[in-house]
Amino acid sequence: MKRALAQDSMALLAGALFGAGLAVSQMINPRKVQAFLDLAGDWDPSLALTMAGALLVTSVGYRLVLKRPRSLLGEAFRLPSQQLIDSRLLLGAALFGIGWGLGGYCPGPAIAALALGNLEPWLFLGAMLIGGLLAGRLPAANP
Amino acid sequence: MTHFTPVSAFLGGCLIGLAAVLLMAMNGRIAGISGIFQGAIDGTRGDRGWRWLFVGGLVLGAWLSISMTGAGFSLRLDYPPALVIAAGLVVGFGTRLGSGCTSGHGVCGIARLSLRSVMATLMFMLTGFITVFFMRHLVGVAG
Repeated sequence: MKRALAQDSMALLAGALFGAGLAVSQMINPRKVQAFLDLAGDWDPSLALTMAGALLVTSVGYRLVLKRPRSLLGEAFRLPSQQLIDSRLLLGAALFGIGWGLGGYCPGPAIAALALGNLEPWLFLGAMLIGGLLAGRLPAANP
Repeated sequence: MTHFTPVSAFLGGCLIGLAAVLLMAMNGRIAGISGIFQGAIDGTRGDRGWRWLFVGGLVLGAWLSISMTGAGFSLRLDYPPALVIAAGLVVGFGTRLGSGCTSGHGVCGIARLSLRSVMATLMFMLTGFITVFFMRHLVGVAG
């Protein structure tokens, strides 16, 4: 019970740190995202540095953390075991990139952008939910 | 058009990394937002609570950051809603099919040196670039 409470608190804290990072970096600004993807226009490389900062901290942090047998709150580490690079992965990623460029939102920033109070993130998330449910109806990838 | 903001972009990225490391260190979980969100909707009963807390944390953290320092940008109010909805559908479908988005593949996966995540990230960056090029420079839609 105590452990569940601790884990729930950590999930909230991690979410809040993540959301703050998305706001500070302006990932929640769809114009910023599209300007980052606009290599042929007024390219704004800022978000490459966001990616670099996130990767730097996560790479070092994971290296230290994953040496342990379990998490600090006693949970097993749940890491994806799938290794196969199949058409599902590549087609899914390709579609995701198309939607990312088209709207200027990916899932995290769209959720965090709800804090801004405008309609766009709600429209995006509602549609994203439906898209996810549709993909869930596809036959399973692996027998 | 947006301006190059290297410091805030990098710092925001570091916060994102910190959040990803915290969630792994404490709860043993990957901070992949499309997966966390999907599981909050249709996951098993006992596995939904922490997901909603993480999702709520995203909004809370972004809101706190905006309240303290301002968003630093003006809202996009003139972008066609149909494009936002289409983008959401494709992102929802693609991230589920491809098992991840910018956070799960782009940050956590690459930090673990997962070849699947490297390939997915290259793919969604590529189609993101192509989509923005197509929309901005061939069709002429810009937010």
